[in-house]
Amino acid sequence: MRQPSFVERHLRVIFPLPAILFIALLMIFPIFYTLALSFTNWNLTSGMPMSFVGLRNFFRVFAEPRFHDAVWRTLSFTFLAVFFEAVLGTAIALILNRAFIGKGLAKLLLLLPLVATPVAVGIVFNLFYDPTIGLANWALSSLGLPQGLWVSDATSVLPSLVIVDVWQWTPMITLIVLAGLAGLSEEPFEAARVDGATPWQVLRHVTIPMVMPVILTAVILRLIDALKTFDIIFAMTGGGPGYASETLNIMGFKYSFEYFRMGQASVILIALFFFVLLCSLGIMKLRSSSEN
Amino acid sequence: MKKNVVHEILFYLVVIFISLMVLFPFLWMLSSSFKTQTDIIAWPPKLLFTPTLQNYEKVFGEQDFLKYFINSTVVGGLAVGLSLVLGLPAAYSISRFTQRRLALFILLARLMPGISFLMPWYIIFSRLDLMDTYVALVLSHMLIALPIVVWIMSAYFNSIPVELEESAMVDGATRQYAFWAIILPMSGPGIITSVTLSFIFSWNNFMFSQVLSMEKTKTLPIAVYNFVSYAEVDWGGVMAAAVAIMAPAIVLTMIFQKFVVKGLTMGAVKG
Repeated sequence: MRQPSFVERHLRVIFPLPAILFIALLMIFPIFYTLALSFTNWNLTSGMPMSFVGLRNFFRVFAEPRFHDAVWRTLSFTFLAVFFEAVLGTAIALILNRAFIGKGLAKLLLLLPLVATPVAVGIVFNLFYDPTIGLANWALSSLGLPQGLWVSDATSVLPSLVIVDVWQWTPMITLIVLAGLAGLSEEPFEAARVDGATPWQVLRHVTIPMVMPVILTAVILRLIDALKTFDIIFAMTGGGPGYASETLNIMGFKYSFEYFRMGQASVILIALFFFVLLCSLGIMKLRSSSEN
Repeated sequence: MKKNVVHEILFYLVVIFISLMVLFPFLWMLSSSFKTQTDIIAWPPKLLFTPTLQNYEKVFGEQDFLKYFINSTVVGGLAVGLSLVLGLPAAYSISRFTQRRLALFILLARLMPGISFLMPWYIIFSRLDLMDTYVALVLSHMLIALPIVVWIMSAYFNSIPVELEESAMVDGATRQYAFWAIILPMSGPGIITSVTLSFIFSWNNFMFSQVLSMEKTKTLPIAVYNFVSYAEVDWGGVMAAAVAIMAPAIVLTMIFQKFVVKGLTMGAVKG
């Protein structure tokens, strides 16, 4: 028997080491850097030396109504978008889950929104939403409904952005649920049919419970990404009008790269980080429970 | 029998409706890109019009569009290539030594909000005089590509029987040689999936490039975004730019459809 070399004996460390170092250097270290900055009054533009201010940034940001609004907005945008995506996405998957002519084409079409550049998608929807020349108002007026201001108005901007997110990401849920449905075993369905269950009963008591774990994972994945939504909001409204569509991600971006108030920006980023972490723990929990 | 026919017709109508909803923004973008400004601002919106190429001529002519196109390709290509170099061995190790915690650690890079590392990067890269360089952009885009590569490839390696390396190792080959000479040549489909997906995500990335790149290394999404803010009313030009930026990702998706679906769904279904 050949004696394994040093490299071979330590392959489990040597092989992943470059990737681990890379992520430690480019992700873990910056995250701690952000954490450290949140205790300082650093402002890139003031030219003043950085000093330790304890929890002052946290108190200041947490007391700001603009921050409360951003938290609330982030959560409601996320909840609304993912709710509609989950319901529509699952429904479409259940409809498409059979053999039909053009199924391959339909699945290809569903992929397209997922790979479309979000910034460009946002711009196309801005053309739809344009109050004077947009299709959205034309559709409303030809139905005899009053026209809207869409993203130009503080009350309608968030739902208008939700629509864009729902258009772009519903297919993700559909494709995941379709893959989940394809992997189900036939037996429970046959058993239900033998017992004389109606199609509706099969759907409610067999199909949906069986794909539920897949739906849940897809929903949490979407929750994480929806919390971080940046491109479409930044491209379509920049957080406006006023602050009416400013989510935590947009607010953190502005504090960092427009006002250069790094200390306070860090607090906002930590808040966003916290919500994402919460969802991530959820997904890891689901993952480990499905493995057992 | 009759009920069945009605049912079928209804079903296909629903499928067509869903397809149209998905497709409509693309079609409208495409048709607007061939319209003159007058046709675009016409009310009611025009379905029939004389197509023009002037928007494309303007986008590819006046703007430095080709440069941005090259920037996006170089940044995406390098980020994906380097992520393969780092990610393939890591994925192999995760798969063969069942390093579940390591897998989660690398997955974190996919889950965490990019802005929480972008702000420190901005400070660090400014200090190192790396702003507006390929180095900064490629490093940041690697953080997009690497988790995708590791995630997809560790699942792919799981599907390759261990016996293949083991028999080579019995014959005297080292494990690293078996990985290089036996496993990697078999991993084509997995590599295609991870390269396609990670390239598309790098190609579409907006936030990192918006902060880290300026005139020299500007990528396409930034160029398209700037096109809107400078030329607010030139919708035809903007739509042509939007078509140009989406076309490569869509073509890649059509070619590698099967792989893209797999890559996007596998994380949730089984991984």
